Amino acid sequence: MKLATALVHAGVRRDPTTGAVAVPIYQSATYQHPALGQSTGYDYSRTRNPTRSALEDALARLEGGSRGLAFSSGMAALHCALQLFGPEDHVLLTEDLYGGTYRLVDRILHVPCTFVDTSNPSAVRDALRPNTRAIVVETPTNPMMRTADIAALAAIARTAGALLIVDNTFLTPWLQRPLELGADLVVHSATKYLAGHNDVVAGALVARDAALGERLAYLQNGVGAILGPQDAYLVIRGLKTLALRMERHQSNAREVAAWLRAHPGVERVFYPGVGGMLSFTVTHAARVPQVLASVQLCLFAESLGGVETLITYPTTQTHADIPAERREALGISDRLLRLSVGIEDSHDIIADLAHALRDPLAAHGA
Amino acid sequence: MTSSPTSPTRFATRLLHTGHEQDPTTGAAAVPIYQVSMFDQPGLETPGEFDYARSGNPTRKALEGVLAALDEGAAAFAFGSGMAAVSSVLLLFSAGDHLVVTDDCYGGTYRVLTRVFSRFGLQATFVDTSDPEAVRAALRPNTKALLVESVSNPFLRRTDIAAMARLAQGHGALLIVDNTFLSPCLSRPLSEGADIVIHSATKYLGGHSDVVAGTVAVRTPALAQELGFLQNAVGAVLGPQDCFLLQRGIKTLHVRLERQVRTAKGLAAWLASRPEVRQVFYPDTGAVVSFRLANDALAAPFVESLQLPLLGVSLGAVESIVTVPARHSHASVPAPERERRGITDGLIRFSVGLEDLEDLKEDLARALAQAVRAAA
Repeated sequence: MKLATALVHAGVRRDPTTGAVAVPIYQSATYQHPALGQSTGYDYSRTRNPTRSALEDALARLEGGSRGLAFSSGMAALHCALQLFGPEDHVLLTEDLYGGTYRLVDRILHVPCTFVDTSNPSAVRDALRPNTRAIVVETPTNPMMRTADIAALAAIARTAGALLIVDNTFLTPWLQRPLELGADLVVHSATKYLAGHNDVVAGALVARDAALGERLAYLQNGVGAILGPQDAYLVIRGLKTLALRMERHQSNAREVAAWLRAHPGVERVFYPGVGGMLSFTVTHAARVPQVLASVQLCLFAESLGGVETLITYPTTQTHADIPAERREALGISDRLLRLSVGIEDSHDIIADLAHALRDPLAAHGA
Repeated sequence: MTSSPTSPTRFATRLLHTGHEQDPTTGAAAVPIYQVSMFDQPGLETPGEFDYARSGNPTRKALEGVLAALDEGAAAFAFGSGMAAVSSVLLLFSAGDHLVVTDDCYGGTYRVLTRVFSRFGLQATFVDTSDPEAVRAALRPNTKALLVESVSNPFLRRTDIAAMARLAQGHGALLIVDNTFLSPCLSRPLSEGADIVIHSATKYLGGHSDVVAGTVAVRTPALAQELGFLQNAVGAVLGPQDCFLLQRGIKTLHVRLERQVRTAKGLAAWLASRPEVRQVFYPDTGAVVSFRLANDALAAPFVESLQLPLLGVSLGAVESIVTVPARHSHASVPAPERERRGITDGLIRFSVGLEDLEDLKEDLARALAQAVRAAA
């Protein structure tokens, strides 16, 4: 079965009692036992819930892993994965990653870590220590859109005896399947493309082998940051149109990137040629407030991956938790804007940006 | 949205941005689900916009705004099912009024006209509305409306909406179009002169086999007034959870339909080349294909051998759905009437989903071969 077909059939035929096509929303905390010492497979919804199981099975299948796990946010998913490690361990992470990941590692977990340019495999190899237990990679990176060679990093991780953990939020399994390239674990903020409608906050992990999946399931149940059944249902519903949405996000992003490159008010465009995310710098910092105040179609909000186009100012929104000097070194300047290109008609998106990027002096003269 | 240099006008954009998509209090990008029955009033002499949720609910209002924009109508209304939408529209008429209706219409529409509204003196004549002359011949002095399905069910015959609008106008009657099979993505009857458009929103608008809903869009403010009165007085309104899911479904209507029509075209051409298939009915638009098997005995083993499509009574979902109209959608039409219309057991209706075309062909080819073996 092709991936497009598997996506559509996510969660289908899960209710033998009624034949209901949509997976039922099991808003139940607990489950009656058939008899002493017997279980239906469901005991308590933190451990396992049938609606969440339908989502977790679908996620495992889409990423080509053996176990999927759904969490109440992307950060909850990553937190669960990082709980595999302790103070005696060392973790390598992509240097220009999501600010929330930086905050989690640096201020909350205190796992010894090094930030490295993961688009450069030899830099990663040089940063390894004897106690390095994991390499955590975002690709493309956020917001600079640098891409990493997952297969090369997987080889490095294997040799070092470390896990390769890939955040696949930006591309989704429709465009990139890290487990097939040798990664051990995939992380998603499912709030983004997987759910896709800016209406759910959710996270996911997918493990390649069953033993790792089992350890993570133990943590999921023990710590308990699970996704509720209503939200699990909405993520499943989102998966059904993932292929169509990603294709349209990508074709729109390619058009918008080409248009921005030709615009005199735009200095540089960062777009890896794949996916629906891009960043760009404007020629003058003074243009930023003008753009954010005059977009009408694009929503000025922090998130990404929804059907509606979103524009974000990383310096104060998504990456505020990264120290200023570090931000600047990474290229996250006060002239950088990030665009999550939606599935509107591309002409309307471009018309909105053209209006927002108009030359203020020319407008005065008119 | 007001007319600004960037005011979106294209359909794909209109699905997402109609000015009803954001919560003014919090800026939330998704419309809040107002699970509430009544609204606290500012004062005795200063009523708020909403008072009681049958009359108006903010979640439903947001959806109805989107629906009106999609169908280019003066207003739109959301109901608890497609049949609730049809019935609420039929309540515009009175005892002694007469309607001309598409003859191979949905079985539920046939049932409500012949067994419910007939009891209240509403008369209906069923004719082939793909033939304007047949419609003209059926008009009576008391004909108050033409009720047509833009693509008939299950033979998928197209009705010429502009021709129907001219006939209706000339006769002082309303033109009501059930546009469920095409959705506003593929056809917008109000802009061709229709007065009222009905959708079973359970189908393409919702699109995910998880909501039962109906919608009505009207062309003029006067009709909006009348329908709004009936929606509130009779009360077959859509609940807020379902309004939310419907609006969410509409956000991907365009990308879904585009893919489904492309796959349907491929599947119709492939079916026409199969020896087990005697006849294919496909109007070259929409995502439903009907076909007649070489003999009626193939139907049961065929549909039971299919692995991908769901077997059942709906259409318009992301998953393909196979229906045997004689047993499902048209079971409520009396057997002699079914025979007359050619709705035999060997007639299959296939609602094309978002699966990969090659996967669908493989599944159908296997099921056809198994059916031939089983029937031999």
